[in-house]
Amino acid sequence: MEKVNLLQTLTGHVGRVWSASWHPSGNMFASCGEDKTIRVWTKTDSNRWIAQTVLTDGHSRTIRDVAWSYCGHYLASASFDTTVAVWDKKSGEFECNATLEGHDNEVKSVTWSRSGNLLATCSRDKSVWIWEIHNAPDQEDEYECVAVLNGHTQDVKKVCWHPQEDLLASASYDNSIRMYRQDTVDNEWEMLEPMESHSSTVWSISFDATGKRLASCSEDKTVKIWQQYGPDNTLGIPCPEKGSVWKCVCTLAGFHSRSVYDIDWCKQTGLLATACGDDLIRIFKEAADSDPNEPTFELVVTIEAHSQDANKVAWHPVTPGVLLTASDDGEIKIWQFQDED
Amino acid sequence: MTELENINPNVYKKCEDRKLTKEDEDEDVVDPFDEREIFDLIRNINDPEHPLTLEELHVLEQSLITVDNEKNIVHILFTPTIPHCSMATLIGLSIRVKLLRALPPRFKVSVEINPGTHASEHAVNKQLTDKERVAAALENTHLMEVINQCIGTPLK
Repeated sequence: MEKVNLLQTLTGHVGRVWSASWHPSGNMFASCGEDKTIRVWTKTDSNRWIAQTVLTDGHSRTIRDVAWSYCGHYLASASFDTTVAVWDKKSGEFECNATLEGHDNEVKSVTWSRSGNLLATCSRDKSVWIWEIHNAPDQEDEYECVAVLNGHTQDVKKVCWHPQEDLLASASYDNSIRMYRQDTVDNEWEMLEPMESHSSTVWSISFDATGKRLASCSEDKTVKIWQQYGPDNTLGIPCPEKGSVWKCVCTLAGFHSRSVYDIDWCKQTGLLATACGDDLIRIFKEAADSDPNEPTFELVVTIEAHSQDANKVAWHPVTPGVLLTASDDGEIKIWQFQDED
Repeated sequence: MTELENINPNVYKKCEDRKLTKEDEDEDVVDPFDEREIFDLIRNINDPEHPLTLEELHVLEQSLITVDNEKNIVHILFTPTIPHCSMATLIGLSIRVKLLRALPPRFKVSVEINPGTHASEHAVNKQLTDKERVAAALENTHLMEVINQCIGTPLK
């Protein structure tokens, strides 16, 4: 029995597709790549995805990442041209109404907080920036940089907000993952202890639905699962004075033959999908008898998805099992995964 | 260019041209990529400092190239002329760019320093493996001019 069906192959980008992001409604998604364009795809009446809009004038170099805000009104794009553009449809058409400048070098990733009033960006300049959005009716949105975080010693590849709280995670070429939260006393953004276990670049990270676990993937060909332990944990793991500590509780080694460029932890099904430099997409599932402190994950399916490196995986935010993948081969594919159980 | 880092590099003889066989002329014979063909693509890349090719400086050798045509893998080891060569990344990048342009996109090309021949071997290899940083480098017009000069026809 086939576990995965290809629903559609989408072409249009010229050259490598770097990233894509589902609109929270699931009726739309945006994609970007080395052709410096953003394509906004919508579903037709016959259930086919088409590029409804192509945004061409936002960036002068590769667009590395795109992200929709949780309210669905804003789309942010991060570019090698050192800027982040924020797009909205207030005029009826997609327009770039804010350009965030400040990074010294290529911007690698952008992400919106669940609350919607914070945006985070990271760059090859080794820093992570947090921006606060001030919006008032009938006024232009304003973006204020509230923190420049210099914890990493190398190129920062990815930033990702916690699914509920204002907790930010970042992954870097320095092999580590870092987390940041606001001090409740002075409101300053502070860094937690670095999370070190990978032996090469950490390309991507993704929280699970609870936000108590994080999955990371790396150039070292492994995937790791990190678990949050609070001061009251039953294992007696020591925690810093305020807050919690993250421990690597599982390493998935031996499954990937090349760099793992992206990972997405489905908030609905708990399935983990990875995008690998060997062109394959893999889906992992936690074993039924898995111990939360030493979890076990099983590879449930390997998809021969693309003809070149896979760069992006993204689970549909509404329909369980629908998966988007994007590749160096210029294609975006939409899949339906069917669980046998 | 200011001062040359390695003033008197050892210069080696070029290898003979590949001998054409009857099969090479026959369009119907399947001709998989092999080590010699990859070597021929990159042996005439110029050194950034010297008017010499990477072959003549023994930066590239056919014996340090491995090709798996079936699995789409090309692996190159290159040997910097001196262990502190600041041009190592640039040389590796030139090899990558040349093969990126010459080979079909199905190939996964890795370019690494011959183990034990450079002080910053690990750091240089990591940079050359990072396709995101390579992509960003290729958008740098100044850098591309230098690389294109290296890749271009040999200096007379």
